[in-house]
Amino acid sequence: MSDKEKINENEVLENEVKENVSKDDALEKAREARKAMAARSAAVKEVAEKASADDVVVSNGEAAVHEIKFKKPRAKMNGWDWAFVICNTIFLICFCIVTLYPVLNTAAYSFTDGREAILKNVHLLPKKFTTAAYEQVFEMPGIRWGLLTTVGRTAIGSILSLAANALLAFIISRKKFLFRNGLSLFWVITMYASGGLIPTIYLMTKLHFVGTFWVYVIPGMVSAFNILVLRTFMDGIPESYEESAQLDGAGYMTIFAKIISPLCKPVYATIFLFVAVGHWNSWFDALIYNKFNIKLTTLQYELQKLLASLTQKTGSADSGGKTTTQSPTTSIQVRSAATIATMLPIICLYPFLQRYFVTGIQLGGVKE
Amino acid sequence: MSSNEKDASEIKLKSKISKTELKRQKVLLIIAALYVIYGIVFYYLPLAGWVMAFENFSIGKGIFKSEKAGLRWFKYLFKKNSSFPRVIRNTLAMGSLNLISQTVTAIGFAILLNEVRNTFGKKLVQTISYLPHFLSWIVVTSIVREAFATNGMVNELLVNLHILKTPISYFMHTQYFWPIVAISNVWKETGWNAIIYLATITAIDPALYEAAAIDGAGRWQKIKNITLPGLRSTIIILLIMNIGNVINAGFEIQYLLGTGVLSPVSTTIDIYVLNHGMKNFSLGTAAGIFKTFVSMIFVFTFNFIARKTGEDHLF
Repeated sequence: MSDKEKINENEVLENEVKENVSKDDALEKAREARKAMAARSAAVKEVAEKASADDVVVSNGEAAVHEIKFKKPRAKMNGWDWAFVICNTIFLICFCIVTLYPVLNTAAYSFTDGREAILKNVHLLPKKFTTAAYEQVFEMPGIRWGLLTTVGRTAIGSILSLAANALLAFIISRKKFLFRNGLSLFWVITMYASGGLIPTIYLMTKLHFVGTFWVYVIPGMVSAFNILVLRTFMDGIPESYEESAQLDGAGYMTIFAKIISPLCKPVYATIFLFVAVGHWNSWFDALIYNKFNIKLTTLQYELQKLLASLTQKTGSADSGGKTTTQSPTTSIQVRSAATIATMLPIICLYPFLQRYFVTGIQLGGVKE
Repeated sequence: MSSNEKDASEIKLKSKISKTELKRQKVLLIIAALYVIYGIVFYYLPLAGWVMAFENFSIGKGIFKSEKAGLRWFKYLFKKNSSFPRVIRNTLAMGSLNLISQTVTAIGFAILLNEVRNTFGKKLVQTISYLPHFLSWIVVTSIVREAFATNGMVNELLVNLHILKTPISYFMHTQYFWPIVAISNVWKETGWNAIIYLATITAIDPALYEAAAIDGAGRWQKIKNITLPGLRSTIIILLIMNIGNVINAGFEIQYLLGTGVLSPVSTTIDIYVLNHGMKNFSLGTAAGIFKTFVSMIFVFTFNFIARKTGEDHLF
């Protein structure tokens, strides 16, 4: 098995080399093509200029002919193109509506008064604005504990995970490191071969991780994919940085902390966010490891419990909340409020952070 | 000169694992060793747990003392009246539906978005398109359940458009489940999956488009003759990578949505492992091993086909 893996690894490397060669070829070709293009467009320009110079002299009719002859390629929009642009715009607007409408409608329901919500004809705007459902959701002990655990694991887990992945990526990206390929292969294998659910659960039981907070943080801390992204970025940093620091007497840890890490800020942000979103959204590990301990379940798991416990029948009024002045909150209202509350931090943050996500997927994407 | 070089390279070769170099990299080596220990414990020990599939495992006796059972559990999976073949069917059906619908929509979306000339509009649409990717499956299933409810927005829309006469209760009939899973996946991931395709399209040489424009090609012809061929190798590589995931058709949405009446069509291998494996570790492990092997076979077969037909390939 391991031999096969090695052979495959070698083949991958060979292919990479080939690819590089072919990429060079492609670049060469592209350059040639561009040169040819430049020459061609220069020629076209020349003719066009001549034509426009002629325009001054010759009659209008002839100028129009010249225009058709030389400016048609530039003015690309014919009837079909216009139709395409219009259809495309309509399609993309529909796409955005389909993406946003369900989310916004859920938000509208969460703010709608109970009696109106039962009628189920809220469209984007809440009717009889109220925050009763949110008050009710945040008074539930499960949600409160879940929020605490989730915030804890998101903060601690993301920081630990970033530090661990960054340090390992630093070691693997050192070109002089003696066991560079071996260590790299060791982690690449973990990406493809995994023991599966049951052996993992058994291992966690044996390690006495079940029923603790650390089962969320430690097992998934180092991941091959994140290492790959970080390493791809670090490989791009010139070796001379490291060499000059070494001449000044810096050890590897100093180089990592003072030289490489500051240069890696953007990719660090990417990894941190990937991991943080993963922690925020996780619920399955809470289900299999900490189901019976309400203080250790995660927010998403509590949301799932809440959604499952509130019946689908929207008619049933749920009078569990402390609503005195308004009509009692209904299950659809509470479900919507809980759903919106758990996604709120991500929705608020992601528009500002999305460029980091995109960097990450592009660095790690095809190389995976 | 050449002999000097030879000497230098020899020295280099020798020094590769020389004592001084070892000493110099002491810190790195110690840390690397810690990582190897971590990796062995959390990634390689579970692999050793595969032994459980060949035993009548009991927690009391542990891995080493449980009695051997040979291939008993693999035979059990495929014995008569076993529900496992149906589980495989569900997994493969949903997995391929997901793969096809997601690939097609992501490529289509990337191409259409690339045709937008207005930079602000393009950015806005793209930002909106990522949003669902960051929502958890619990939130998404909550939204999906609401949307496909008997009095939900899908029924409302279809009835108002006179496509349906009476609302359908989608979660009461098994035939709607797979499409709903595919639609949910498309809703959640299209924008995100399009990122890699958009990046590839951006990398296509603009000179090609200019040349095509000079030759009088319209937008459609440019898409057909430049953009799609430019995407070809990315599509193939991503397909090879994702074909192994057909057998991982997803776990969360089926687990969250496919309850009750729907379980005959919604149970995937992962759910089967969770349901049976918690009671019978050996059976669960055996099903897990089966899944891993099918996944490997898919990847290698598809890669082999790609290589034979002269396409880009992974290995």
